[in-house]
Amino acid sequence: MTFVSPLIMVALIAVVAYLSQLNNDKERTIAILDESGLVSNIFENTEHTTYKILNGVSLESAKDVVKTEEDFGLLYISASADSTKVVDRVRFFSDESPSLSIISDLERKIEKKLSDTKLQLDGVDLEKIEASKSSVNIAQETFSGEKTSKLDSYLKLGFGGAAGYMLFMFIIIYGNMIMRSVIEEKTSRIIEVIISSVKPIQLMMGKIIGTSLAGITQFAIWLVLGGVLVFVLTAIFGISLSELQMPQQQMMQDAMADPSVANEVQVAVQSFFNLPLANLAIAFMLFFVGGFLLYSSLYAAVGAAVDNETDTQQFMMPIIMPLILAVYVGIFTVIEDPHGTVSTIFSFIPLTSPVVMLMRIPFGVPIWQQILSLVILLGTFAFTVWFAAKIYRVGILMYGKKPSYKEIYKWIRYS
Amino acid sequence: MTNDLLVADSVSKSYGDFKALNNVSISVPKGSIFGLLGPNGAGKTTLIRIINQITMPDQGKILLDGAPLKPIDIQNIGYLPEERGLYKSMKVGEQVLYLAQLKGMTKQDAKIRLKYWFDKLEIGDWWNKKIQELSKGQAQKIQFIVTVLHQPKLLIFDEPFSGFDPINANLIKDEILQLRDEGATVIFSTHRMESVEELCDHIALIHKSNKVLDGKLTDVKRQFKTNTFEVGLQTEQVEKVTEMIKSRYEVFPASFKNLNDDLKMNIKLSANNTSNDLLSFLTSQAEVHHFVEVVPSASDIFIQTVKNN
Repeated sequence: MTFVSPLIMVALIAVVAYLSQLNNDKERTIAILDESGLVSNIFENTEHTTYKILNGVSLESAKDVVKTEEDFGLLYISASADSTKVVDRVRFFSDESPSLSIISDLERKIEKKLSDTKLQLDGVDLEKIEASKSSVNIAQETFSGEKTSKLDSYLKLGFGGAAGYMLFMFIIIYGNMIMRSVIEEKTSRIIEVIISSVKPIQLMMGKIIGTSLAGITQFAIWLVLGGVLVFVLTAIFGISLSELQMPQQQMMQDAMADPSVANEVQVAVQSFFNLPLANLAIAFMLFFVGGFLLYSSLYAAVGAAVDNETDTQQFMMPIIMPLILAVYVGIFTVIEDPHGTVSTIFSFIPLTSPVVMLMRIPFGVPIWQQILSLVILLGTFAFTVWFAAKIYRVGILMYGKKPSYKEIYKWIRYS
Repeated sequence: MTNDLLVADSVSKSYGDFKALNNVSISVPKGSIFGLLGPNGAGKTTLIRIINQITMPDQGKILLDGAPLKPIDIQNIGYLPEERGLYKSMKVGEQVLYLAQLKGMTKQDAKIRLKYWFDKLEIGDWWNKKIQELSKGQAQKIQFIVTVLHQPKLLIFDEPFSGFDPINANLIKDEILQLRDEGATVIFSTHRMESVEELCDHIALIHKSNKVLDGKLTDVKRQFKTNTFEVGLQTEQVEKVTEMIKSRYEVFPASFKNLNDDLKMNIKLSANNTSNDLLSFLTSQAEVHHFVEVVPSASDIFIQTVKNN
């Protein structure tokens, strides 16, 4: 599975990319019946869309024409005495309901034409308006002189988000794996043989550390193999995965055409190296490990408390909730303000700190904050291990009914 | 002291409000098979878990070979729990080697010992089989090997025969006896009194968290003997002889098998009578075909003790 999973993932992405390409390839013809005579000259054929201007026919016969020729649809603008009042008179007829992008594209074109017309009627020189448009791009610079930019912020968000999300996924996948392996030892009844040889806490820690290492190996294989496969696929089949993100790509291309933005890209590349890379790498490792250990000890305790996986539900909630909270807080508040009160506080609370702190670090978090957060995290880990070990050593020898929270509290007291 | 391999000294253990063991002391002599008896929930398993250092006693201590139990002593103990199992999807060979290494054996030693046991229990080609492919009895054999492989001084079997068919149960019984003869000491917990009768030299009976009885099996039996003799007589004057005996002794009905259609009875002696007195009296009355002292069975002792407590 380790080797097949990335293959499947990449194949899936390739299929989706291919299908969406196929989807866009569909050619359509849109007929236009413009009785107002205002907008018919603004439509230019594109690669996928052909516009066909109809003249001197009634709406009904135009509809018939469109139907018999199996065109995609008919844009109808009814006649009006006042050319500026066209707004309410535009209708679109089609068999299938058109996609949002087609309609908004049409709307945009008509709106532009209408407002230009109105401006002209009011005696405004359009060329002057065009000339008066100015683009402002605030050049950002830190006090220490490093140039930053908006792209730079995106980059930071990307890094932080990816790191936080990876930790989240890792905890869910491998935390569950630990839990399952604890349950397996209980149900196969080998547990008593094992703990007559090793101490329960050794067994639990061994399980956590072993699973983490296996998980990291598997994760690394996935990343590397997935990366290589994407590269190979892109090279061989020419499927551009970035086509999945049409609008952004369009924006980027527009931006690239502008010389000032080209400069910005340079800044972005440079700012990649300006990111606190060393800090990022070290903090990533520490918070990743710390966060995973914290959660996995809880998973191990849950596994010990129950006999089978179906009973885990009620105990999973309190574990999953802070994790999901961390991801949402990370996504919503860190984007808003990476050093705001909420995101700062959540980057200290142990159950959310690994994810939130990883998202904040690319924006530059003072070292003392990182260290403090890490100390709190590791302190809490020491506590949860102690706590989980108590549940574990009692729980692994308990069979039969599903324990309640009250009973688990009792176990903690008397072990 | 040095004659006892394991001593539990005033061991107590509570789970919350429930007292699982109350001041229990036992001494297990070297080279003996020690039966740890008691009804379900009496505290046997708790005591066994304390000896295995799975749980810690609240009070009291355990001495192994005269010294307090240390973590390293797990290497000197082999434990077959009542709730037992193996990793189902792991191969027999790797699994046994892994468990042996947990007990401190080297891989090489474990392989050599494993071969010995595989040959002995006629397990040839199971090395690459998964546990789930074996039958329950076969898996139990593997479990037995896991328990004894590291040649521990002390073997603890909790209900070892449950799940074995009679042939395999017998095989395991013989192995246990042989291990004892080779110098191991065995603690043996069970409900099955017939196996106690066959195997144990010493017993301790735990009931409701307290030890209520212990000692050498023969001593315990002596303690429980009722001075009763099973007698078979042949006479023509059945009624007269019966009257004569009844006038002198306490008599109970008896049933046993023998060749003739005898007068059968159990005769209980009072403290100042000897068996010889009885025998000479009987020979004067009738022809004695059968004369056996009634020895209490372990089962009788068990039931009687549990009822009285």
